[in-house]
Amino acid sequence: MDAAPTAAERAAVDELVGPPAGEGRVAFAGFHQAAAQRHLLLPTLQAVQRAIGWVSPGALNYLCERLIVPPADAYGVATFYSLLSTEERPALVVHECTDIACTAGTLTAGAHASPCLGQCEQGSAVFVQEAGRPDRAIAPAPPEVIAALLRGDDVTPERSPPLRHPGPLTRRIGNYDPSDADGYRAVGGFAALEAAKSMGAAQVIAEVKASNLRGRGGAAFPAGVKWEAAAAEPARPRYLAVNADESEPGTFKDRILMEEDPFAVVEAALIAAFATGASHIYYYVRGEYPTAAARLTDAIEQCAGLVDGVTAEVRLGGGAYICGEETALFNSIEGFRGEPRQKPPFPTQAGLFGKPTVVNNVETLVNVLDIVTGGGAAFAGVGTEQSTGTKLFCLSGAVERPGLYEVPFGTSLRELLDLAGGPGDLRAVLLGGAAGVFVGPDALDAPLTFEGVRVIGATLGSGVVMPFDDSADMGRILRRIAEFFRDESCGQCVPCRVGTVRQEEVLERLLAANGDRAEHTALLDDIARVMVDASICGLGQTAAGAVQSALRLGLVDGTPR
Amino acid sequence: MLGAGGGTSSYEEIETTDLIVLWGSNAREAHPIFFHHLIKGVRNGAKMYAVDPRRTSSAQWADTWLGIDVGADIALANAVGREIIHAGLANRRFVEHSTSGFDAYAAAVEPYTLAEAERITGVPGDAIRQLAHDYATAGTAQICWTLGITEHHNATDNVLALIDLALLTGHVGRYGSGLVPIRGQNNVQGGGDMGALPNKLPGFQDIDDPVARGKFEALWGVAVPPEPGLHITLMFDAMERGDLRALYVIGENPAQSEADAARVRRLLGELDFIVCQDIFLTKTAEMADVVLPAAASWAETNGTVTSSERRVQRVRKALDPPGEAKDDIEILSLLADRMGFGWGYPTAEEAWDELRSLSPMHAGMAYRRLEELGGIQWPCPDEDHPGTQFLHGWLWEDPLPRDPAPFVPVVYAPPVDELSDDFPVRLTTGRRLDSYNTGVQTGGYRSPIRAGGVIDIDPADGGAWGVADGEVVRVSSRRGSIELPARYHDSLRPGLVFISVHNPDDADVNQLTIDAWDPKSGTAEFKATAVRIEKLPA
Repeated sequence: MDAAPTAAERAAVDELVGPPAGEGRVAFAGFHQAAAQRHLLLPTLQAVQRAIGWVSPGALNYLCERLIVPPADAYGVATFYSLLSTEERPALVVHECTDIACTAGTLTAGAHASPCLGQCEQGSAVFVQEAGRPDRAIAPAPPEVIAALLRGDDVTPERSPPLRHPGPLTRRIGNYDPSDADGYRAVGGFAALEAAKSMGAAQVIAEVKASNLRGRGGAAFPAGVKWEAAAAEPARPRYLAVNADESEPGTFKDRILMEEDPFAVVEAALIAAFATGASHIYYYVRGEYPTAAARLTDAIEQCAGLVDGVTAEVRLGGGAYICGEETALFNSIEGFRGEPRQKPPFPTQAGLFGKPTVVNNVETLVNVLDIVTGGGAAFAGVGTEQSTGTKLFCLSGAVERPGLYEVPFGTSLRELLDLAGGPGDLRAVLLGGAAGVFVGPDALDAPLTFEGVRVIGATLGSGVVMPFDDSADMGRILRRIAEFFRDESCGQCVPCRVGTVRQEEVLERLLAANGDRAEHTALLDDIARVMVDASICGLGQTAAGAVQSALRLGLVDGTPR
Repeated sequence: MLGAGGGTSSYEEIETTDLIVLWGSNAREAHPIFFHHLIKGVRNGAKMYAVDPRRTSSAQWADTWLGIDVGADIALANAVGREIIHAGLANRRFVEHSTSGFDAYAAAVEPYTLAEAERITGVPGDAIRQLAHDYATAGTAQICWTLGITEHHNATDNVLALIDLALLTGHVGRYGSGLVPIRGQNNVQGGGDMGALPNKLPGFQDIDDPVARGKFEALWGVAVPPEPGLHITLMFDAMERGDLRALYVIGENPAQSEADAARVRRLLGELDFIVCQDIFLTKTAEMADVVLPAAASWAETNGTVTSSERRVQRVRKALDPPGEAKDDIEILSLLADRMGFGWGYPTAEEAWDELRSLSPMHAGMAYRRLEELGGIQWPCPDEDHPGTQFLHGWLWEDPLPRDPAPFVPVVYAPPVDELSDDFPVRLTTGRRLDSYNTGVQTGGYRSPIRAGGVIDIDPADGGAWGVADGEVVRVSSRRGSIELPARYHDSLRPGLVFISVHNPDDADVNQLTIDAWDPKSGTAEFKATAVRIEKLPA
């Protein structure tokens, strides 16, 4: 309770918070300073974790003293994030992806199991935390690589090409050095920002509305409507939050955009800020994406001052899937547990720090560049009426060439799988990730559009297309999905907190049962209905979709229901 | 001086005020309910100053903490007043219209320059200037204090110095601005209101006022002595002289709560007779000839309590008291019977209605109205009156209905127990969140945050003295000596140590404290003792 910080712990905190103000007989540090600093809580916890390898009681006490946060409150935040450890542990920790696209359950001795690390096109991955060193994401990470890492050796495995099928959105990838602003300019960069400035904020919003650009993070909300709503709010300041907390298992598209084309992300965000009157941009980047965060940070610095009055910073996630939910993301940035908020109020009315906030997914934003330069109407000419433009699909699993595929909306699932070398003995395709659904071979001719997959009871979600062949152990896949939601439920609302646990338990009984499984499937349906009807956010509402669809397709026992 | 007796403001106002000066109060721990209201004010945007020798958990909420030397409050207050005057920030219209004696006050504070105040108080002059400017220019501001102001030999002067600041700036008598002495128990305010003061009848009516006295005499049918009684400090002097031979103690534990405890216990032991009426068998009760077990006022009796914002509220009986314990009214009535008076056995409401007939400020507070309105703030002179949210609104009336409020200049005087080569360290005392006063009501419960009987010292002092965290040391003052473990604590500074009052059995701090007391209020200087800290022989 009274644990004191070490010099290293103090230094890690002071580097972010600054040295204590006042000394001797005066101190300037009260509630108002505390409230103004609260948003530093997660970055400070992360700094301590990075510096000493865990969040010790002494460090926690010191950062609570400096940020004026009650220790119990800060402990609640620290324990919310899986990348923070409040227990002492070895200086070197290797998190190995054991999720559905990778090894799905097998874990190398000495490594920690991790949910999907967003490196699915590489087939295996680890995320390495080491005291005193920057975090590292390493993929592919076969057992011999993991063994070397655990020995303390540095290894840089050969990566397979991430982008397999380029299109307008991804055309710059591989054609410039992602650390070089001039290189970006040479491939046409910054033209959109110039165009936006000359046409004015209102016209930019008009073009985005005309394009019918819909959100690529999973909810498919029209971006222009969002921008217009935020721009109309009288409150100041306004914020732009770039949702780069890409955590949906099987998804890696935003990571590749940020790593390979960071200037496009930054330019697009600046256009969004310019159009909506946002004065500060938060890039909330998944904590397991250190390369993306570093390249983005570098690009932000090089682009500083391009739009007057707009500043920007990168915030790192802490290993919590739920923080991709927009209001959970706000709470995380503000220094609280990443628990979703009730809506309304909607983010455009009262978002970050209670101010009007636009939240856009990375892929959504990058589309804005061509909308501004080519016009909204031209953009809307690609795809279908409801689903305009192109879409990035993340292919992994049973395909010959896993990676990123950009195709126009309306491309059929069969065409996409053919591009990637899909399996001959296709059993099912998981669309949209863990929060999505399985579809069978009969869905291969469905057009991949927002409206087209709805007809077959599916969703595009974040663009995951993960085929499974006859060799797949579907029981293990389903167990892993159920386990994932049980782990990632934030626990705030009962239907999800209890429902995800019960779902996993009932699924376990169902998989173990011989013969009649009707009782178990009925119970799973009941649980699913409660979660869909009564959960606060999308996590609980989608947590049963994959399991239910798999049972409907008979993926577990070969008998379709 | 403004008519005394209660805080001028209501809790609602501290939730909306612009500036809060918490002076000599660790309300976060000692007055946690009030502090919740204060926190609301801070959350609503109030700027907060804390003036305290220790950087307490309350002070950690303050935008600025001024680490004043113990007992230097008047020097600080006078310097704030001088700075306000010199900066042209005094509320001239209010001063001219509503106060008297400004010129004498201005002359009296003139020596207290920022540099002089810094020398006396230890607080940097810049911080004092900032406090002065912020207080004077705030739209509304409250000064809140507790025992850090009043447990000094010059307690009344300390309070007057703060009142002068409110008069100088007009921060009194209007919504949001005020002077707020925070009370301890839920009913300390009510105790004074009911006449548990040596010179007052219920409702703060002066004992030497024949008209007031006459009302009581007419109703009670007995003569009320016109001379003030003794306050507790004078009682012990009377015992020392042999003038006071018997003591009836109701809900107090003087054997452990009074300064210079060795002397107190000697004097109590020499009395002919002690009656003790309490809900616990306190140390004082252990010394008594007769112990009268009382019902707890919370949940075991009917009646009223009065909070720091002068709000009278009902309390209701839910349980029968255990064993032979009885309601205080019943005990007193039984006693009156045995003494041959025959009061009958009034209910709490009947006793209250009698009070309402005698105390004008309570006249409108029928039980029915207390329930309907959720309590009423005094004064409430009749049954159509809603009660009074803040006091001294008359200061802002034109023409002024009474004599203007006088400035009372006061002069800084250092603590009586001076630091010397033999006793170089300043000891101060106070409360912690987990315990209550001498621990009678809280010692029986465990608490995960209880520090127990320790002396808090600055880690730097620990290093200089070669005293480790947790090491048992001897602490000696000019009056006594105790041994207890040292605890390193960041709230201290070199040369300042702290012992709580909660553990008289194993950390009997009142063996050390001085019984120097304020002649105007009778409070002893618990807050300033000169001590020396010694390592025990190995």
